[in-house]
Amino acid sequence: MYDQPNLESTVSQNDIKISADKVQVYYGENHAIKDVSVEIEDKTVTAFIGPSGCGKSTFLRTLNRMNDTIDICRVEGNINLDGEDIYDPKVDPVQLRAKVGMVFQKPNPFPKSIYDNIAYGPRIHGLASSKAELDEIVEKSLRRGAIWEEVKDRLHAPGTGLSGGQQQRLCIARAIATEPEVLLMDEPCSALDPIATAQVEELIDELRSRYSVVIVTHSMQQAARVSQKTAFFHLGNLVEYDDTSKIFTNPTDERTESYITGRIG
Amino acid sequence: MTDASVTPTAAPKPNTSLHQTDARTRKRNAAEKRFKAYGIAAILVGVTFLVILAVSIIRSGLPAFTQTVISVPFTLTQEQFDDAESQLFKTKAYSGHFNSALVETLKAEGLEVSADAKAFERILGKTGGTLREFYAENPDKLGQEVDFELSASSRVDGYMNGRVTRENMEDSRFLEKADLDTVDALIEVGIIKEAFNWNFITGADSGVDNPGGAGIGASVVGSFFMMLVVLFLSLPIGVAASIYLEEFAPQNKFTDLIEVNISNLAAVPSIVFGILGLAVFIQFMHLPQSAPLVGGLVLTLMTLPTIIISTRASLKAVPPSIRDAALGVGASKMQAVFHHVLPLAMPGILTGTIIGLAQALGETAPLLLIGMVGFVARGYPDGFIAGFTEPNSAMPAQIYTWAARADVGFYEKAWGGIIILLLFLLTMNILAVILRRRFERRW
Repeated sequence: MYDQPNLESTVSQNDIKISADKVQVYYGENHAIKDVSVEIEDKTVTAFIGPSGCGKSTFLRTLNRMNDTIDICRVEGNINLDGEDIYDPKVDPVQLRAKVGMVFQKPNPFPKSIYDNIAYGPRIHGLASSKAELDEIVEKSLRRGAIWEEVKDRLHAPGTGLSGGQQQRLCIARAIATEPEVLLMDEPCSALDPIATAQVEELIDELRSRYSVVIVTHSMQQAARVSQKTAFFHLGNLVEYDDTSKIFTNPTDERTESYITGRIG
Repeated sequence: MTDASVTPTAAPKPNTSLHQTDARTRKRNAAEKRFKAYGIAAILVGVTFLVILAVSIIRSGLPAFTQTVISVPFTLTQEQFDDAESQLFKTKAYSGHFNSALVETLKAEGLEVSADAKAFERILGKTGGTLREFYAENPDKLGQEVDFELSASSRVDGYMNGRVTRENMEDSRFLEKADLDTVDALIEVGIIKEAFNWNFITGADSGVDNPGGAGIGASVVGSFFMMLVVLFLSLPIGVAASIYLEEFAPQNKFTDLIEVNISNLAAVPSIVFGILGLAVFIQFMHLPQSAPLVGGLVLTLMTLPTIIISTRASLKAVPPSIRDAALGVGASKMQAVFHHVLPLAMPGILTGTIIGLAQALGETAPLLLIGMVGFVARGYPDGFIAGFTEPNSAMPAQIYTWAARADVGFYEKAWGGIIILLLFLLTMNILAVILRRRFERRW
């Protein structure tokens, strides 16, 4: 009964971008995600919250098949992106990941120049036919990543020389350079100081106008600040999924309430 | 017992001063000091042995780089040439003419030398062959004065180096005490002198009775061609195998087995690879014996595990976040590996490869079995392809051959060869360090 997500109250204004239906994820014998069904809307920030080890990151990684790289990981159930099953054998995860970009917990720029960091994705996907076009993509991505002003004079300096917050915004810019439709963020601010966090959060809010953003976060304040929808995971189950305002003010499930008020987790 | 009824002052903490170290701290500090002392002692022992080794190698090997030469202006007339060529023992006749010319030269210097042909042979070695060869090739030099620089016999060479002295020598068919007087006289007038032995660095091996003419050059070339084979086989094979095993292969019992066996192969004695090479490459595939190609193949087998292990270690050291980043922007696994992981692992791979090559360069045992030892390399291979297929020796094999020869003159050649081999190894190791420093990237 607790496992039943309360979706009735969801008033959907946007199209459904990703719909997951009864998803199970196993790590060997360990049943990490149990029967999760969720519908993620387009042009919305959706936050996944929950205590450590509840499976929120695992579920995020199933959305662009990053779990494929783990040998013992097995996914069951349906995940559709725009109505297409992403676990269909015909789907090449590489194409999928071009549509569903990802930003990781720790800023991980390539040990190359800032320019090459951004240009790498467009290059391998053949998005630019000339140097000028590539320059344009790089500038546009860096602008959308809200870091252009800081790096425009040193595009050929190594990306690893930036500060932590700048590196993370560079990684976000890198992720949007390939023109994805969905942006997955796995605790993007956990390695950043409060000022850098605020900058990244502001950026996430801007990104909402173009992309469907899914963010995993440990910080409930952050979820409340940036997201419109929130999903609460606990022990591999999706306990509750609703408008953020409702989750934080009037949760249906008592476990959600306990977590939000700090009694569990 | 920390019961509430017990007064908290039951076991008062002794009032200690920070200015007074207690017994326990003293003991700990003493243990640390002892450990440091052990470490320093161990390093000192190691350094001492290294210094002893280096000094003894250099002391024994340096004489190989000098050669005692006898320089005499000598004219062979057409008549003498015809006369010598008509005799039964032609080289002996040449020696006779040379010896009398030498006696004449000494007379002109005011020195009276009483030495017979045998004595001259003991001092000069067999000069006739060299002379005859020279005039056969340069008939136009007949009747002209030529400044010959002939290498002295190995005993005279030893006398010059201090290896042979009047006290430690006994009369033998190689050298008699009386000959040393002649030698001293020749040194006095500057006919016998020491010269830098270029032939040792550039030349080929000589016959067993002529250590003075032995050079390591041809075997350096042999080693070079072997290393080419090793580099161009083991680097691509080793790196490809490591990338597959590290990045693509599924983790199962089978890959575990392969992994264990690669580690085991790295520990297999090199002579086992030698006998494998003999059986497979020479007896089964009928590749030429003593050829650098076969030597290179055998050493490739031996170097592969080293390269695979070091390559895998450097691939493992690349942080997984880089792979995630590449996959996250939609790179395929292969793109992630070749664009990002491999460049970061490159310094480690190069270092491992160079160390593997250096190991192979110094390897002797497998070469014993494929016939690269004991073989007298007469000269350089004619051409690039021939360098792989023509019989040749390799540096360590050449050193081994010299060390096994009876003539003591070869003893110092062996040491000299070791100096050259060590120079090559040192160069390669320095190169490895430089590459590592240069290409190392931080993240």
